[in-house]
Amino acid sequence: MIGAPLTRVDGVAKVTGAARYSYEEPVANTAYGVIVTSTIAAGRIASIDAKEAQSLAGVLLVLSHENAPRVKADAGDRKLQVLQDDAVFYDRQPVALIVADTFERATDAASRVRVTYDRKAPATTMSSPGAQTYTPSQANNNPPDTTRGDFDAAFASAPVKLDNSYVTPTEFHNPMEPHATLAMWSGDELTIYDTSQGVFPRRASVAKIFGIPDTSVRVVSKFIGGGFGSKGGTNPYCVLAAMAAKVIGRPVKVVLTRPQMFGGFGNRPRTEQRVRLGADRSGKLTAMAHDVRSQGSRYDDFIENAAVISRMLYAVPNQITTHRGVRYDVVTPTYMRAPGESSGSFALESAMDELAYATGTDPLELRLINYAETDLSEQKPFSSKSLRQCYAQAAQRFGWASRKAAPRSMRTPDGLLAGYGMASSTYPSNRSSASAAATMHADGTVLATSGGCDIGTGAYTAFTQVAAEAIGLPVARVRFDLGDTTMPPAPEAGGSQLTASVANAVHAAGVALREKLAGLATANRNSPLHGRQLADLAFGDGRVFVRAQPVTGERYADIVRHSGAPSVMARADVQHDRRAKGPYSSHAFGAHFAEVHVDPDLGTVRLARMVSAFAAGTIVNAKTARSQFLGGTVWGVSMALHEEGRIDERTGRYMNASLENYLVPVNADIPSIEIILVDEQDEFVNPLGIKGIGEIGNVGSAAAVANAVYHATGKRVRELPISPEKLLT
Amino acid sequence: MALGKVTRRRFLVRSAIPAIAAGIGIGVPRLNAVAQAASSVSIVPASGPGAVPVTLNVNGTEHAMRIEPRVTLLDALREQLGLTGTKKGCDQGQCGACTVLVDGRRVNACLTLAIAAEGKKVTTVEGLASDGKLHPVQAAFLEYDAFQCGYCTPGQICSAVGLIAEGRTRSDAEIREFMSGNICRCGAYTNIVAAVKAAAGHA
Repeated sequence: MIGAPLTRVDGVAKVTGAARYSYEEPVANTAYGVIVTSTIAAGRIASIDAKEAQSLAGVLLVLSHENAPRVKADAGDRKLQVLQDDAVFYDRQPVALIVADTFERATDAASRVRVTYDRKAPATTMSSPGAQTYTPSQANNNPPDTTRGDFDAAFASAPVKLDNSYVTPTEFHNPMEPHATLAMWSGDELTIYDTSQGVFPRRASVAKIFGIPDTSVRVVSKFIGGGFGSKGGTNPYCVLAAMAAKVIGRPVKVVLTRPQMFGGFGNRPRTEQRVRLGADRSGKLTAMAHDVRSQGSRYDDFIENAAVISRMLYAVPNQITTHRGVRYDVVTPTYMRAPGESSGSFALESAMDELAYATGTDPLELRLINYAETDLSEQKPFSSKSLRQCYAQAAQRFGWASRKAAPRSMRTPDGLLAGYGMASSTYPSNRSSASAAATMHADGTVLATSGGCDIGTGAYTAFTQVAAEAIGLPVARVRFDLGDTTMPPAPEAGGSQLTASVANAVHAAGVALREKLAGLATANRNSPLHGRQLADLAFGDGRVFVRAQPVTGERYADIVRHSGAPSVMARADVQHDRRAKGPYSSHAFGAHFAEVHVDPDLGTVRLARMVSAFAAGTIVNAKTARSQFLGGTVWGVSMALHEEGRIDERTGRYMNASLENYLVPVNADIPSIEIILVDEQDEFVNPLGIKGIGEIGNVGSAAAVANAVYHATGKRVRELPISPEKLLT
Repeated sequence: MALGKVTRRRFLVRSAIPAIAAGIGIGVPRLNAVAQAASSVSIVPASGPGAVPVTLNVNGTEHAMRIEPRVTLLDALREQLGLTGTKKGCDQGQCGACTVLVDGRRVNACLTLAIAAEGKKVTTVEGLASDGKLHPVQAAFLEYDAFQCGYCTPGQICSAVGLIAEGRTRSDAEIREFMSGNICRCGAYTNIVAAVKAAAGHA
């Protein structure tokens, strides 16, 4: 069952409209909250005039820093100190909340709140006067700086040297479901239906900000309309909903408008990356330096760890990597799909492509020349690595061998420039502690639970399969539920860690359940299994039986009935410190191959096709996994060709704050992407051999497209996105 | 190829206009009044027009309601009728998550005032399955894993039902082009095309 391409178990609910997302929870008497946001990026609120808003029919509450309840200071990010004082740190910072009996009345009233400001001239770019560079204490839990060997000497003496800078722009996650919270209090007990990637981390954070015990907060997130990192951390709208519900003593739901999603919770920071490569004439790397500057806010720390991938992807003996943050007057950036690896791989894999041309080496051959047999950053062997197989299978399927080496040497039949490009991909295999429970009912069905979240990954389906396999039941008799803090704890769906974390817990709970059932049977005088040893028993098709004599056995349903209890439950708690270092380095790997067509007169780039291969240990569900790899790869295409948050340098406001003006791919932009799942077993990474797959599609894919654009045009674009004017100038 | 020259913005503009036009219908005078009010916020009185009686036919059922004229069809469906299958993604006619069928044509429910849908037949994702059997487009979306988070899915499915009725499924390129008013941020596009093709009987 593990590995089978089972159709999503929550799929019928999604295609019929029955799946309820947080804002849709039918709670009686819920009031509507609409946020008023700042129109300056730095300064202070001078006055708030809400008289007109307050006078409108249906308006229940106007909250601002003048009357908002106090929350705990030092309880997480500065941005969670919402409506606590008159300071404005970023454009579109919440400055008031209107609550009314209908959405329309709240929206109308919000438009009539008059706010005046004492405005400070904001610093709005990384190079503006007033922007401050700082050295971070860590870069997404990695050391900010590393060195190995002697970069300076090796680079100075290298026969081939490259020194180029690459820019990735500010990007906004834009999940299709806007961020929303429905909050309700019962005395001092808070329940929130929230768009969350992790109900337990959310509970801890919300409890802290309101100064109440974790056990007084229940967080429910059954369906999440995409997250991509943006629904990981707690954000102001969630605090506002809970505040307002407390003040008016009735449930309140708050949803961000689409423009508010450009600054309401953060973004992928802009990066400026300098990559220096030193190599011999065959293309073998001798020296590498990767220096990253990452967009940052004035008030919280976040670093896009873009150079981390360079520490392990290739066998380069002499290396320096650094990360610096640059503070200016913007919202604090946050995690966005493959934070660090996606933006970093654009720089690294573009630089490798440049080295291939500089040395006259085929880009794929160059990767093989520099193949890392061990992880040089950790000085450890890989628990498994099938990157060679990824290269080989994808290259073969793509037809890489038919590529003509020279740039601008290939044309389509209708005269467009054609280009082939490729890039490597990798993402670390993360895992955290997780718990799960499994309950066998007297009708022979199982309910298994763990409080993770399914943000579209297929978690409901994957964990159903794992539970069914562990217990020995057909999947149709297992129901898996998640997304509620009343369940056993699970980590956030982030860092590609959820499946590896929770599947191992679900499997352990399933094994514990079947053994508990076996124990009940062997202890029962009336069971055909009475007196048997566990070691002699096997499990499958809803029963326990004697391995050597399968006809002798007892059905799970009968064991539960004979137990005298309505059901039998087992639970497993699998402890794992995500930052713990074992004897192996564990990563998933992949390879992207892209063909683009470029109009030589207009500079318009169209993706023609991609082939991408991935090896990520045990694949729990081949169908949903393929979709995840596909989606991640689309994100890379988007990074290469479409996405860019454009800031107004006078005001600090993101100007293209809509899905009309912030481009993401539409169906017509994605003609063909083929995903190859490369077989891989990893006996060390975790008991089930699972590596994460959520981010890796978005690593290297932007570079593969950019490299194809170079091959098509002979023009190297080092600042994303590759928009037509960059090819025409 | 002519289709390939349609830019994303031009496509959105073209798809949004019919949606508004389809929505105006009988509601023209009222719509104009609201539009004027919205364009000059500072001088309108402190409360808008009050609730008016409206009867909406949704999925074959008549609903007699009292709603303010400014309520969109999308919010009437979701917040008043509890039909939350239709999704709000942008509320600006730019993402397609709110696509429903009005008299068989796909429209953005966020750009349609509820009062303007009176006298028309509205079909939402909840109205596609019949007798407990999924609509062929719904079944194909399941089979081809044409979604991940599921939030754009009801709009994609309604859009695909409209697309098939329009006969716009003669090639993959045509499906891609005429499904481009529905954004899927999870990136399930190639699976969506496979599902639409299968549902249209071209598999």
